[in-house]
Amino acid sequence: MPSYVITEKCDGCKALKTTACQYICPNDLMVLDKEKMKAYNREPEMCWECYSCVKMCPQQAIDVRGYADFVPLGASVTPMRGSNDIMWTVKFRNGTIKRFKFPIRTTAVGEAKPYADYKSSTEDLKSPLLATEPDSLGLAQLSVPKK
Amino acid sequence: MDNFETVEVTTDFLIVGGGMAASGAAVEASYWAKKHGLKVTLVDKAAMERSGAVAMGLSAINTYIGIKDGANTPEDFVKYVRNDQMGTVREDLVYDIARHVDSTVHLFEKWGLPIWKDEKGNYVHEGRWQIMINGESYKVIVAEAAKNALGMDNIYERVFIVNLLVDEKNPNKIAGAVGFSVRDNKFYVFKAKAVMVAAGGAVHIFRPRSTGEGLGRAWYPPWNSGSSYATMLQVGAEMTQMESRFIPTRFKDGYGPVGAWFLLFKSRATNAFGEDYLQTQAEEIKKWEPYASAKPVPTPLRNHQMIKELSEGRGPVYMRTEEAIKKITDTTPGTDKDKKKRLKELEAEAWEDFLDMTITQAGLWASQNIAPEEKPSEIMASEPYFIGSHASCAGAWVSGPADIAPKEYTWGYNRMSTVEGLFTAGDGVGGNAHKFSSGSCTEGRIAGKAAIAYIKDHPETPVVDQKKIDALKEKVYQPLKTFEQFKGLSSDPNVNPNYIRPKMFLFRLNKIMDEYVGGTSMWYTTNKPMLERGLELLTMLKEDSEKLGAENLHELMRAWENYHRLWTAEVHLRHVMFREETRYPGYLYRSDFPKIDEVNWKVFVNSRWDPQTGNWQMSKKPVVKIVQ
Repeated sequence: MPSYVITEKCDGCKALKTTACQYICPNDLMVLDKEKMKAYNREPEMCWECYSCVKMCPQQAIDVRGYADFVPLGASVTPMRGSNDIMWTVKFRNGTIKRFKFPIRTTAVGEAKPYADYKSSTEDLKSPLLATEPDSLGLAQLSVPKK
Repeated sequence: MDNFETVEVTTDFLIVGGGMAASGAAVEASYWAKKHGLKVTLVDKAAMERSGAVAMGLSAINTYIGIKDGANTPEDFVKYVRNDQMGTVREDLVYDIARHVDSTVHLFEKWGLPIWKDEKGNYVHEGRWQIMINGESYKVIVAEAAKNALGMDNIYERVFIVNLLVDEKNPNKIAGAVGFSVRDNKFYVFKAKAVMVAAGGAVHIFRPRSTGEGLGRAWYPPWNSGSSYATMLQVGAEMTQMESRFIPTRFKDGYGPVGAWFLLFKSRATNAFGEDYLQTQAEEIKKWEPYASAKPVPTPLRNHQMIKELSEGRGPVYMRTEEAIKKITDTTPGTDKDKKKRLKELEAEAWEDFLDMTITQAGLWASQNIAPEEKPSEIMASEPYFIGSHASCAGAWVSGPADIAPKEYTWGYNRMSTVEGLFTAGDGVGGNAHKFSSGSCTEGRIAGKAAIAYIKDHPETPVVDQKKIDALKEKVYQPLKTFEQFKGLSSDPNVNPNYIRPKMFLFRLNKIMDEYVGGTSMWYTTNKPMLERGLELLTMLKEDSEKLGAENLHELMRAWENYHRLWTAEVHLRHVMFREETRYPGYLYRSDFPKIDEVNWKVFVNSRWDPQTGNWQMSKKPVVKIVQ
């Protein structure tokens, strides 16, 4: 499965402009029940377990219970995503716990400059050179097949 | 349909999709559009931050040539891809990716993607073409660059494009696209001078191995519903290699990646008797010479060796992770402490490989108490997928790069389909395997620039018949109407003789494809009579598609996704029927033509559905070498 929402922790993102999980789910699965003000996964059998909702939930109200048709019960994988790294806690069925921390980006959020600081070298729309080339290739020119 | 507002957007260049290829196109096209005073608009079914195949992240970039360091040349890459795909690739397109892709990877690094470096500052390679990354936020970063280039005002999220529009006077010229919001009662009409379709590959065409909750745990994401292929086909674009499905061999059930284990950790995979099947089945693949002698052995042939082990009863097949890790730590120089430290590093690398891109597999290991340094893990061949960017070639037939493509492959602008002004990239381009994430983004950049060049040369605004748009709006929302009209007949709206809900439609499609077109239950095997019977059943399903019923906008999205899947399924079946040989064993077997036939079939198989007559035309196209 699928992601599921922990009733007690979900506040329906009532203080935010959008419901975080509903905003991010790539498969349009997460939806807010406006009467209960609780989100839920409306189609768990279409969940890829991409964890986008889990990582984004401001209340840490979303967890994943492995697909019941092939995953033995009792294990869990829990992320804590910051702006530059992510911490994972992996709990085994037998109770073993492993923790890992990995970097996720080297620039500040929002700062991805589309053409970086590479030079462009042509104005010609018909040239095969792309906007930042050949500078971004680290070469003097674009390759052509050897005859 | 009074309560569905029509929103009309007029633009110059429309990008359909928001994944790696679309993001690349957004960045490149914005640059050139700004210089020429043109407008670029992007429309995504989901939210760009986490849409497309890289939504979850990736643990490696699989295409990096390393030209500037002298590591490889584009020629080397063409030779590798050509052999891997059993001789049938568009070398002009493959070469084009190879000569540009490093620049895309260098941009990724500047945008903020952490790429592993060795002590000398060089990228750490997983294999010859693959480099290791900390890729949890890969898509977030790439989408951010695309958004910064385009501006949020030019991006429409949660709008699903279901049909392309053509010019009123010239039906072979693109004019825009229509779709609907999956969140609001809004019908969208985009009018554009050029359109690039980069809406991904196709998943859930065939019955998957897991059919309960695990249905969603496809190897490729379940939101890739064949929209690239179906929308292009329906306006008459020519397709190529749609018989080239991909069967990934992955860790069983979770579909965790095997690349790091085979390439980086040098692991073996063994059968029930501890034998390395690549060795015991070495003789078997010689039926597919000259490709069997290529190094590395082509992906379909390696699949074939494993499938033979399993279908003949010598499974399970295990990735020997414990053996590989022991070998690396044993050969680590230094003291026991050094070896222990190396073991810790390896453990983290192994887990990150899954956590970055297939979190389920980490959960599956934990749930089965599998520590890779102690216990081997099962691997398995999956259900078929359609994907123009991996080790397979399904997609549209596109014009090649003018400066290097042979004349047979050049009729217009780079990456333009046979429909004027209709471009594609990534999973949408056929005959151009092994692009992966970096190559797909690169291909989007190439197509994005070419589309702007096309618009400069064709500045006239295409005209669309308003009656056609009105009819499309009716058609788009018909499943909602059908459901509303008939739901009261039965006390349970799921069982009703007047409509079929999208989920059951999907299951019906999956069953036909699995049983008649060579899915997993048939070990990927079919023949002409099976295909003819399959087509008969598929035709009835196509008729029944007019009776799809949807309760809400989310289900309406599923209805149209499955309609796109149906088109993808049909074109696949027709290609499989046309190619009378077995060129890609391990992906597909024609039991009536079990051998490779280099004399008659070392060609591309192309197809075109004629929008005027509704007829299909199949043809052969030559394979032209540009690298000797």
